[in-house]
Amino acid sequence: MKLSQLKPGEQGTIVAFTDLEMSVKLMEMGCLPGEIVEVERFAPLGCPIAIRVAGYQLCLRKSEASVIIIQ
Amino acid sequence: MGRDIKIALVGNPNTGKSTLFNLLTGLNQKIGNFPGITVDKKVGYCKLNNGKQAEVVDLPGTYSLYPKSRDESIVFQVLANKDNSSYPDVVVLVVDATNLRRNLLLYSQVADLKLPVVLALNMTDMAKKEGIEIDVDKLSERLGIQVVSISARSNSGLAQLKEAIAHTTAIPTQVAGTDVHVLVPEAIDEAKSLLKTDNNYFALQVLHQYETLDILSADVKAGVGTIKKEHHFESSKLQAAETIARYRYLGTVLTGIVKDTGAAKKFVFSDKIDAVLTNKFWGFIIFIGILFFIFNSIFSWSSYPMELIEYAFVWLTEYGHQHLPEGLLTNLFLDGIVAGLGGVVIFIPQIAILFAFISILEDTGYMARVTFMMDKIMRKFGLSGKSVVPMIGSLACAVPSIMSARNIESWKDRIITIMVSPLVSCSARLPVYTLLIGLVVPEKMVWGFLNLQGLTLMGMYLISIVAAVLVAFVMNFLIKAKEKSYFIMELPVYRMPRWSNVAYTMYEKSKTFVVEAGKVIIAISIILWVMATYGPSDRFVEIDKKYEAIEAQKDSVQVSTLERDRAAEKLENSYAGILGHAIEPAIKPLGFDWKIGIALITSFAAREAFVGTMATIYSVDGGDEEVATIRNKMRNAKNADTGLPVFTFATAFSLMLFYAFAMQCMSTVAVVYRETKSWRWPVTQLVYMTALAYMASLIAYQLLK
Repeated sequence: MKLSQLKPGEQGTIVAFTDLEMSVKLMEMGCLPGEIVEVERFAPLGCPIAIRVAGYQLCLRKSEASVIIIQ
Repeated sequence: MGRDIKIALVGNPNTGKSTLFNLLTGLNQKIGNFPGITVDKKVGYCKLNNGKQAEVVDLPGTYSLYPKSRDESIVFQVLANKDNSSYPDVVVLVVDATNLRRNLLLYSQVADLKLPVVLALNMTDMAKKEGIEIDVDKLSERLGIQVVSISARSNSGLAQLKEAIAHTTAIPTQVAGTDVHVLVPEAIDEAKSLLKTDNNYFALQVLHQYETLDILSADVKAGVGTIKKEHHFESSKLQAAETIARYRYLGTVLTGIVKDTGAAKKFVFSDKIDAVLTNKFWGFIIFIGILFFIFNSIFSWSSYPMELIEYAFVWLTEYGHQHLPEGLLTNLFLDGIVAGLGGVVIFIPQIAILFAFISILEDTGYMARVTFMMDKIMRKFGLSGKSVVPMIGSLACAVPSIMSARNIESWKDRIITIMVSPLVSCSARLPVYTLLIGLVVPEKMVWGFLNLQGLTLMGMYLISIVAAVLVAFVMNFLIKAKEKSYFIMELPVYRMPRWSNVAYTMYEKSKTFVVEAGKVIIAISIILWVMATYGPSDRFVEIDKKYEAIEAQKDSVQVSTLERDRAAEKLENSYAGILGHAIEPAIKPLGFDWKIGIALITSFAAREAFVGTMATIYSVDGGDEEVATIRNKMRNAKNADTGLPVFTFATAFSLMLFYAFAMQCMSTVAVVYRETKSWRWPVTQLVYMTALAYMASLIAYQLLK
């Protein structure tokens, strides 16, 4: 399942990334395989989304969230 | 100032690095909550406990030594180059204690460059409140370096940090953490011998980043390129492997060191605010309300100080004319330089107020939410959520706003933002709009409560914003992206603004504006003064003769009006006037005559010159009622051929559109050149904006006349 498919309030564990280049950026900001992510809220227009990961809040576009595979 | 030791502050965005910098150096600097707000390299000085003088450099916040934006690339350039004037003797790595593991990733990279490092564990008070406990001694032991707990916000632990810096040995002591050599051994070995270094990580970084490193010669770059090709060096894959390896190492280091009993606590307050401020319904309404409040404040709060400044300059000019010996030099000084300076200084109140608001919005964390909310809309037009800040700032002045576009990571998003920002109506257009609206729009109420003139003014601002967005949309198709645009950004928790920072921002931005814009405007003012004062000498001699003859016959009451007529006629025959006549054929279809032509030429450097030029052309005395009198004169101005009024609704509207779209600002051209490091962009901007202005005015005039 992709992170972009979660609704606000739902959470999952990162297992993999489908885009190598994006994965470097995400990992540098704490989105590591094994981390629990929770979708906090959507922006008023539905994108980007705000997530909580590794003890802080991060926002990213849905297209970027779709490279994160979760369980 | 002398220095015994050089210190560099390095850390993630939002770790309080800049606050620490202020505390260490006592120099108050700009700090924001908006990720990556520290753009320029900032230097300060501080005294260490052993009496040594330290130079402190505040480097841009970054999550990794692999840069994502232009200012982030500075970090590696400084830390990797021993010849760089800021190459530090000690790196103070500032980390957020509430989010240790992610912050230590950057530490592990910097440590591998084998520079002496001290770890400053910031926000320890906040961490304690949230139930996070860190065993500092154990961390220090495992990393092999000094670790100091500090809290920059509440000013604690500073003395210990200074002591630790003073005690740092020149030889790095950190424990070797991650073995990067195993990732790509042959390429690293070859790069090491090419670069004459024994540092594996330096070699690896160069392999990744060599194309953008200024420190390498062309030969070395070519050499590194060959090595990469030979060993099929895959940057993304290797960076991913390196990052995972580093986190694995940090996982071992942190085992048993961090006790976290309340990680979720720190968001409760922020979440409550966010539920309202980024609400589906209220989010945009509140944002528009805040914008409305800001613009209302910019205009209403600045009117009194602006009047004061205006009076001060009028007084200064009059006083100067009375007390300085009459002559060309005095005229040049007072009517050229002082008048030009007045045109710059008058905008300080508006700029200071705008930046006070921007700084409050950034410091509290709200600006990050604005970019979060606006990203989807902006993306449709080839921009990013981060373009919102420069575009809002352009309502005051495009110059600092274009500089603030530096933290937009994607090259294409950044270029488009820079290209369209000057279209947004800045404060310098305001006097032009006010004058012309007052001339042709009746002061009437619509539906009983809306002022028609005010509505027209708002309409001009809307037109400018729509134009900026449409041009961005077109450029989105014309400019090819160098890399994928992305929007991964930290949302910092809400905090109270730090008022000293707000005050400093107001001061710093006003100063930048006066210095940057002032230089150009003064130079242009002098040139314009010369052009408007001098003309072909035979023509001037004739005018003088003509008026002397008339003067001899008239009484003294009429002499003063004669003087004005003479000045007006001289202006028409000056070099500026001749130029105005020369361009008249080109601007006639827009409804402009040669007098407006002169104003267009003088406004080429700075559009705020319009009102002043109109005042000179319509030969009005300076003073309190200046604007009102110019307005009357302009209203009565008749076309010499047809006898009809010059300033019809069509002409005025066409002129306003011209000022809305034309690139009449040398300071912007200069800053775009500086920011893009190429003449290609400022020239493109100048051409497209002029073309747009001409077309818009042409269509408007031909339709309305």
